[in-house]
Amino acid sequence: MDNAILKVNHLSKTFGSNAVLRDIDFTVKKGDVTSIIGASGSGKSTLLRCINLLETPTSGDILYHEKNVTKGEVKPCEYRSHVGMVFQSFNLFNNMTVLENCIIGQTKVLKKEKDEAKQAALYYLQKVGMAPYINAKPRQISGGQKQRVAIARALAMNPEILLFDEPTSALDPEMVGEVLSVMKDLAKDGMTMLVVTHEMAFAKDVSSHVVYMNQGVICEQGTADEIFSHPKRQETKDFLSRFNNQ
Amino acid sequence: MEKLIGLLSDMAMLWGEHWSRYLTGICNTLILAVTATFIGCIIGFACGILNTIPCSKTDSPLKRFVLSLTRGIIKIYVEIFRGTPMVLQAVFIFYGLPYFTDSSVSFSGLGGIWKVSILVVSINTGAYMAESVRGGIISIDPGQTEGSMAIGMSHLQTMLYVVLPQAVRNIVPQIGNNFIINLKDTSVMFIIGFTEFFAVHKSIAGATFQYFPSAALEMIGYLCMTLAASFLLRLLERKLDGSSSYELAKIDPLTMTCGTYSHPNKDRIFKERSKEYSQKEQ
Repeated sequence: MDNAILKVNHLSKTFGSNAVLRDIDFTVKKGDVTSIIGASGSGKSTLLRCINLLETPTSGDILYHEKNVTKGEVKPCEYRSHVGMVFQSFNLFNNMTVLENCIIGQTKVLKKEKDEAKQAALYYLQKVGMAPYINAKPRQISGGQKQRVAIARALAMNPEILLFDEPTSALDPEMVGEVLSVMKDLAKDGMTMLVVTHEMAFAKDVSSHVVYMNQGVICEQGTADEIFSHPKRQETKDFLSRFNNQ
Repeated sequence: MEKLIGLLSDMAMLWGEHWSRYLTGICNTLILAVTATFIGCIIGFACGILNTIPCSKTDSPLKRFVLSLTRGIIKIYVEIFRGTPMVLQAVFIFYGLPYFTDSSVSFSGLGGIWKVSILVVSINTGAYMAESVRGGIISIDPGQTEGSMAIGMSHLQTMLYVVLPQAVRNIVPQIGNNFIINLKDTSVMFIIGFTEFFAVHKSIAGATFQYFPSAALEMIGYLCMTLAASFLLRLLERKLDGSSSYELAKIDPLTMTCGTYSHPNKDRIFKERSKEYSQKEQ
């Protein structure tokens, strides 16, 4: 368990009287690609937002390399710079060009020199196939391109783990492929990823680990093969069969 | 028709005789409006930014107390200065302050008049701008704030580099509004003896009994100032919007250092998409 980057212990989150997450436990190890699947409203996105501290967990702990993040043993800003996040709605900075989007975090948070940051930004933009568009503003490029820039922006921070919050849900069907391929490539390179997704084929092919969530609890977790081919729980079976029928 | 020609000739005569006084008035009005709008914007931005600092239940009690205190003060300031006429504020500060403090605070001479005028117009503009700035800041989609927090930026950095540059663009029309309102409303400062454009009219009309010709000159003068202001603000907005097109970077020497760039559609990154397309084509 030494190479565990992230441990989530007994995490709960309530909005008012509504318990969105209840007693969530799981571990992310270096090089893992963990997919979180489940119906809408099962708390997948909230879990991811709790992990990145965009929501404050009601109770429970998040351990980053054995340091308790929820208790402030690591500064939130510093922690977030190690944990990249890619959003469903891209969330690029509209006042900056594609290149500036990928540079700003490096110069302002990591305090890198401008030239060094530019090199890194260009490298990752090239990796996601967006190098020709460095001078464009976010409003001038397509959804799939925006999401690839968002991935490059997260990668440029050289994070230890990348969180994806339904990265393809807001995209037109023909653009889903380009984003998923970038993600597959990252997985091949050994990037540690935690992916909330509705793309079952992607979860099945790429993930080393799958978590199925239902109504705020982790219903079942295991390897991709265990969950997709031999699910134990009835809820998991029902959920997967609903997907297969579509 | 005859009357109109009469009016025009009277106006020409008035301008010929008193043009330097009118111009001084225009100058004073412009200086006051520009300075006060500028200072007002600074006040407004400060208030708007302080008002949008996020505050959650988990923050320390001290931080929450200080924040709610500043918010209370800002609220009182905004409500008082937005809710009372500028004329009365000028009177209260110019005549009232020396009276109630037994002249330990007093405004004497031309300098005093300028000081009070700038002060009153500035804090009025600030009160209006405080709410405009707050609106501008909350109009920026919270997703971008989350995006910048997710890469580890602090609230201050998020504000400086992401939210404010966009909020300013949205606030510019409102700044323009305030500037134009200030150009006209500085006329109430004649009550404390400030010789702006309208005060010039009052004194010239009083001396020459040429009321309408002078008023017509004033109308034209104010209209010219506001039209010029609108035009300049449009230019500024267009500049802030930046270019509407962009150029593809074809060969960038820097990209070559991290490997040569290969066309995305041939790359394995695009494997899935190109498969889809080739299937469609068959």
